[in-house]
Amino acid sequence: MIQDTFKLFVGNKKALVGLTIFLIFLIIAIFAPIIAPYEIRQSSDEDGQFPMRAEPGGKHLLGTSHAGYDIFSRLIHGTRLTLMVGIITGTISTFVALTVGLLSGYLGGRADDFLSFINNIFLVIPSLPLIIVIASYITMRGIMPIILVLSLTGWAWGARVIRSQVMSMREREFVQVAEVLGESTLVIIFREILPNIISLVMVTFFTSTMAAVIGQATLEFIGLGNMAAVTWGTMLYWAQNNAALLYGAWWWFLPPGLFIGMLGASFALMNFAIDEISNPKIRKR
Amino acid sequence: MAETILEIDNLTSGYQVKQGRVEAVKEVSFKLGSGEFLGIAGESGCGKSTLAYSILKLLEDNGQIFSGSINYGGQNLATLSDKAMKKVRWSKISMVFQSAMNALNPVITIKEQLLDAMYAHRPGLKEKEAIARAKELLELVNITPDRLYDYPHQLSGGMKQRIMIAMAMILQPDIIIMDEPTTALDVVVQRNIIEKIGDLQEKFGFSIIFITHDLSLLVEISDRLAIMYAGRLVELGNAEEIYKNPAHPYTEGLMASFPPLVGEIKEVGGIPGKPPDFFKLPTGCKFEPRCPYAFARCKKENPEFKSYDSSGRLARCFLAGEER
Repeated sequence: MIQDTFKLFVGNKKALVGLTIFLIFLIIAIFAPIIAPYEIRQSSDEDGQFPMRAEPGGKHLLGTSHAGYDIFSRLIHGTRLTLMVGIITGTISTFVALTVGLLSGYLGGRADDFLSFINNIFLVIPSLPLIIVIASYITMRGIMPIILVLSLTGWAWGARVIRSQVMSMREREFVQVAEVLGESTLVIIFREILPNIISLVMVTFFTSTMAAVIGQATLEFIGLGNMAAVTWGTMLYWAQNNAALLYGAWWWFLPPGLFIGMLGASFALMNFAIDEISNPKIRKR
Repeated sequence: MAETILEIDNLTSGYQVKQGRVEAVKEVSFKLGSGEFLGIAGESGCGKSTLAYSILKLLEDNGQIFSGSINYGGQNLATLSDKAMKKVRWSKISMVFQSAMNALNPVITIKEQLLDAMYAHRPGLKEKEAIARAKELLELVNITPDRLYDYPHQLSGGMKQRIMIAMAMILQPDIIIMDEPTTALDVVVQRNIIEKIGDLQEKFGFSIIFITHDLSLLVEISDRLAIMYAGRLVELGNAEEIYKNPAHPYTEGLMASFPPLVGEIKEVGGIPGKPPDFFKLPTGCKFEPRCPYAFARCKKENPEFKSYDSSGRLARCFLAGEER
C-alpha cells in the first residue's frame, strides 16, 4: 500500500514536483541546525558585528534584519517550527474530523444528531476571531497552545465533508452486503468505507495543515503567537514591526511569504495524485 | 419431496408508509425441501423481493414482518433477535444480490472481500486456509484463482456475479436466496450463470430460492415454481407441470409473455392492465380486473389457495383444474 502510494506520486509529474518541494521542506526542517550558517539570535562572529539590514550577498545569503540577524538562518530554523505546528495540527484536525465524520455519517440517528450539533457549532463560529480570543487568554509558551487552538477550530469543515460522503457510502450496496454478511460496525467503517474516502482524508489533511500554517502565521503576524519563537509568521511580524517595507528590505519579508506559498503549492500539486490512490480504476497499469 | 429445511407459514410482511400499511407479502406459506430449487416469479412489485428480504430479516427501516412464521432449524426466524439472526445470516442462509456490479467494494481486491466474509464468521481462521478456500471457490465458479488479486473493475459483469455466488457459498450455507441475480446480464451470460448455479447445487446440495420476473429462466431449472401476484401466492407446484398446464390465468399470461424456446412460434401475448395498487386491491380475486376468464363470483369472493388435484399443485383460482 505505502509502496503503491509512493509509486503513484512518482508516476505523476505534478505530484512528483509537489512531493519534491515538500521533501525539501522536510529536509530543511529536520537538518536546520546543520544547514543554517548561523544561530537564530547570532548578530556577530569572529570578524565582528553583522551589519544591520544588509542586502543579500556575501556572508548573508538573504541579508540581515534590523538587529543584524541572518535572515537565511532564521528562515531555515523557522521552517522547522512552522512545519511542525502545521503537520501536528493537520494530523490532529484530520484525526478528529475523520472520527467525527465516520461515526456521525455511518451510525446516523442519535449519535449523528449529537455529533452534528457539536460540528455545526464549530462550523458557524468564525474561527479567526475565536483563535484570537483564545490565544489572547492563554499565555503562549512553546508551541503547544497554538497547536491546540488551531486544532480546536480546524476540524469542523473536514468532519462535515467526510460525514456527507460517508452517508452516501453507507447506502452503497457493498456496504449493505457487508452488513448482511455480519461484519462488525468497526470492520465496515474501516475496511469497507474508509478505503473509499482515503483521497478525501488526504485532502482534509493537506487543507488543515495549510490552514494551520496560515493560521499560525496570521496569529503571529498580529502579535498573538509566541514571539520568542522563530517561525515564518514571527519573521513577518518582526519585519512588519521594524518597517521592512519602508526600508525596501524585501529580503526580510519576501522569503517567509514565499515559503508559505510554496508549501501550499506543494500540497496542491500532491493533490493531483490523491484521486488515483483511492480509485484503482484510474490508476495507470 | 426431500426433507423440509425451511417452512414459511402464513407470512405477512410489508412496509409502513404514510398512506398506511402495505402488505407486500400476504399470507404466504410454502415449504422448501433440502436440495430443492424453488423458483419464485411475478411482475415487478408483486412482493417477491420483500419475501426474500423477510426471510433474512433485511427489510428496510419501515418494513417489518407483521405475522406468520419462518421456521428454520427449529427456530422461528420471524421472532429471532438481531444477534441470533446474525449467526443465521450468511452462514446458514445467504443471498446473492441483484446488482453484482455494485455489491463488490470498488477499492479493495476480491481476495480481501472474500476473506472478510470468512473472518466475519470464523474469527480464528488462518490466512493461509482462508486464501486456499477463496481460491477453491473461484475455481468452482470458473474463475482462475489469480484473479483473486484483481479489483472489481478489472472483471466482467458475469465474473462479478459469479464472485457474488462464490461469496454466498463461502460458508457452506443450507439455503441461498438469489434475488434476480442475472437481471443485469445479457442472455448468454445469464445462461452460463444459471447452468453454473445448477452444477454447484448438484455438487453441494444446498437449497435455492430463485427470484425473478423472467419465467422463461425458471421453468427449465426449477424443481418447483411459485407464482406471486399482489403479495399472494397464486400458484405453486412442479415446474414442468406448471409450464405445460398453468392452472392460474396469471401464470398462463406470464407464460404467454415469452416465446417458447422449442416448438412452434406463437404470437407473444401479455397480460392486459397494470399491476395492482396495494391500497386499492379488489375485494374478490385480486387478479379479477385483469383476468380474461373472470366471472361474477370472482368479483365477490376471494378464491382459496388450495390443491385442486391429486398432484399436490396449489392454485388460487375457482377455475383451477377445470377447462377454461
